[in-house]
Amino acid sequence: MKPADDALTPPDLDWRAVSEQLYRMRRALLLAGCVLLAVVVGGLLGRFVAWWAGAVVVLACAGAGAWGLPAIRRNQRSWRYAERADDLLIAHGVLFRRLVVVPYGRMQFVDVEAGPLERRFGIATVTLHTASASSDAVVRGLPPAEAARLRDRLAALGEARSAGL
Amino acid sequence: MSTGDERPVEGAGEPRRLHPLTPPARGWVVIAACLGVVVHNVNSGWATPSRLVIGLGVVVPLAFGYGYVSWWFTTFRIEGDDLRLDSGVLFRRTRHVRLSRLQAVDIVRPLAARLFGLAELQLQVAGGDKAEASLSYLGEADAQKLRAELLARAAGVRPDAGEAPEQTLVSVPLSAVVGSVLLSVGTWAALAPSVAVVILAFALHELAFVFGSVPLFLAAWQFTAGRVIRNFDFTVARSPDGLRLRHGLLEQRHQTVPPGRVQAVRIVQPWLWRLRGWVRVEINVAGYGGKDADNKETILLPVAPRAVAHGLLGQVLPGIDVDAVELIPAPRRARWHDPVGWSAYAYGADAEVFVARSGRFHRVLDVIPHAKVQSVRRTQGPWERRLGLATVHLDSTPGPVHVKAARRDAAEAHTMVAEQAERSRTGRREAGAERWIAPASDSSSGSASSLDEGAG
Repeated sequence: MKPADDALTPPDLDWRAVSEQLYRMRRALLLAGCVLLAVVVGGLLGRFVAWWAGAVVVLACAGAGAWGLPAIRRNQRSWRYAERADDLLIAHGVLFRRLVVVPYGRMQFVDVEAGPLERRFGIATVTLHTASASSDAVVRGLPPAEAARLRDRLAALGEARSAGL
Repeated sequence: MSTGDERPVEGAGEPRRLHPLTPPARGWVVIAACLGVVVHNVNSGWATPSRLVIGLGVVVPLAFGYGYVSWWFTTFRIEGDDLRLDSGVLFRRTRHVRLSRLQAVDIVRPLAARLFGLAELQLQVAGGDKAEASLSYLGEADAQKLRAELLARAAGVRPDAGEAPEQTLVSVPLSAVVGSVLLSVGTWAALAPSVAVVILAFALHELAFVFGSVPLFLAAWQFTAGRVIRNFDFTVARSPDGLRLRHGLLEQRHQTVPPGRVQAVRIVQPWLWRLRGWVRVEINVAGYGGKDADNKETILLPVAPRAVAHGLLGQVLPGIDVDAVELIPAPRRARWHDPVGWSAYAYGADAEVFVARSGRFHRVLDVIPHAKVQSVRRTQGPWERRLGLATVHLDSTPGPVHVKAARRDAAEAHTMVAEQAERSRTGRREAGAERWIAPASDSSSGSASSLDEGAG
C-alpha cells in the first residue's frame, strides 16, 4: 500500500508493521484450502459426473488462489499499530478499513493468544479488552517477543492510567 | 482504596441466609408441573391413582428436601468492601462482589415471589453476562434494608445511614403508555398476522388454525399488553444514592443506578410518536450489559414529551445541555450512500458530550459524555471510500446505545478521531472517583459527578 493512499493513518506517528509470517500463514492456509478443494471436489466431479465439471472446479480454485494471494498480501501490509503516550492506535483493512484508538486507561485486560498454526509460524495475537464489546482492538501477526513486550507495556500503562468506568 | 481487612469489627458481618420461603417460591414451577402430570394421567392405563399418590409422595418431599439443603448451604455476608456469597451443596462456590464496582442494584419481585412476600436483590457489576450476583429470595423489607446498606457502603458513607430519601422526577401515566403502544408501527405489524389468522379460521371453520398459531399470539401479546405491563406505573425518582426506576404490573422492578454509572443515553422517537411529540429514553449501564434482550432494564423513560426527556437528561448527566450542542450535518454527497437517511446524519460536540443524530423516520439522538468513551474507531467501507466518506464510532459499554457519526468527510473524520481522543483523555482526568460520596475526612478532589451535587 502506498503511503499517499493511506489517509486513514496519521503519518506523524511511529507506526509498526506486523510480521510477514502472518502473510505466510494465511498463504499456506489459502493454498491448502484451494488444493484440497480442487483435488477432492474437482476429482469427484471429474470422475463421476463429467470431466469438464471437474475442470471448472479446478479452474475456479486456481482463480481463487490467484486472486487471494495478492489480497492477503495487501491485508498483511495494511496491519499497523502505534503506541502514543496515552493510547494505542491500530489500523488495518484494505477494502473495509478501520482505525481504533484505545486509551490505556480503558483497558480491562490484555490477551495474548497463539494457536498451534500460529505457533508454527512464530506469530501471536494480542487483544485489548475494554468495557465495550465493540472496541475490536486486536493486533494479529506479532512475533512472540514483540507480543510479550506489547503485553507487558500495555499492562503497565493500563495500571498507571487506570480509570473507573 | 485500602481494603482494611485488618479491622473486621466494622466490615465483616454475620453470615446471613436467604428467606426460608425461598425453596417453595423457586420450586413452584416444578410442583405445578408434577400436579399437571398427575391430572393429565389420572385416567390413563398404568397410572392408577394410588401409584400417582405414591409417586408424588416420593418426588415432592425429595424436591423440598433438596431445596432446603441447598438453602441451608447458601449464605452471604459483607466483608469489608466485598459482599461474599457462598453456595453449593457438593461443589462449594464463593463469590466476592466488589461493592465499589457496583453499577446498579435492582430489587425484582416476580409475581410468584410477591405472593410469598419475597423479593430478589440483583447486584449488577460490570463485565460478562454472568457477572451479576443475585440474592433470591429475601423478605421484601430485608431486601430494601440490604439495598440501602450496600449502596451506602458502595458510596463510602456509614452503612447504617438508612434508606436515602427520594424525590419523584417523572411518573408516566397509563394513558401515555397505552398510547405509545397504539402509536407504534411494530404493534400493528405484530397484531396483523394474528388478526388475519383468527378471521381466516372463522371464515374456513378451521379452529385448528388458531391453536397452530399460538407463537404468533404470544409475539403479539409481547408487543402490546406485554409492553404495557412492563412499563406500568413507570416512575423515575432521584435520591442521593442514585436514580431510582420503578415499574411493572405483574413483575415489579425497582432499579437503583448510582450517580455517574450511566454510560450513554439514547433518545428515540419512533415515526408515529411525532404526532404527540413523544420520545423514549434508553441508557447504557455497564452492569446491565447486552444480556437484556427485551429492554427490561435499559429503559430510563418509556414515553414522555421531549421537553420532559431533555430535563431528565440534565439529571442523568449533570451540567450537560444537549440542546445547546450545535449539530453539523453530514456532507451532501452522503446521499449516494444512504439515499433516504443521509439528511438525518449529524453530530456535534462540546466540552462535555458528544451527540450524534440519525434516522429520518425513526429519529435517534445518541449522547455520550467524553469521560465515558471506551475507545474511538473510524471505519471506511469501499463505497464510502469512493465517495471520500468515513464513519466514526464512539464505543460504549454493551447496551442499546451505539454512538456513531456516520458518513463524515474523510478528512473531517480524521481530525474528529484525534480531537475525540484528546477530549476523552481530559474528560477522564476530570471525572470523579469510584465512590460517589467521599467521606467527610477525605480531602481528595472528590468532584464525583453526582446528582446530589446538582441538587444542592
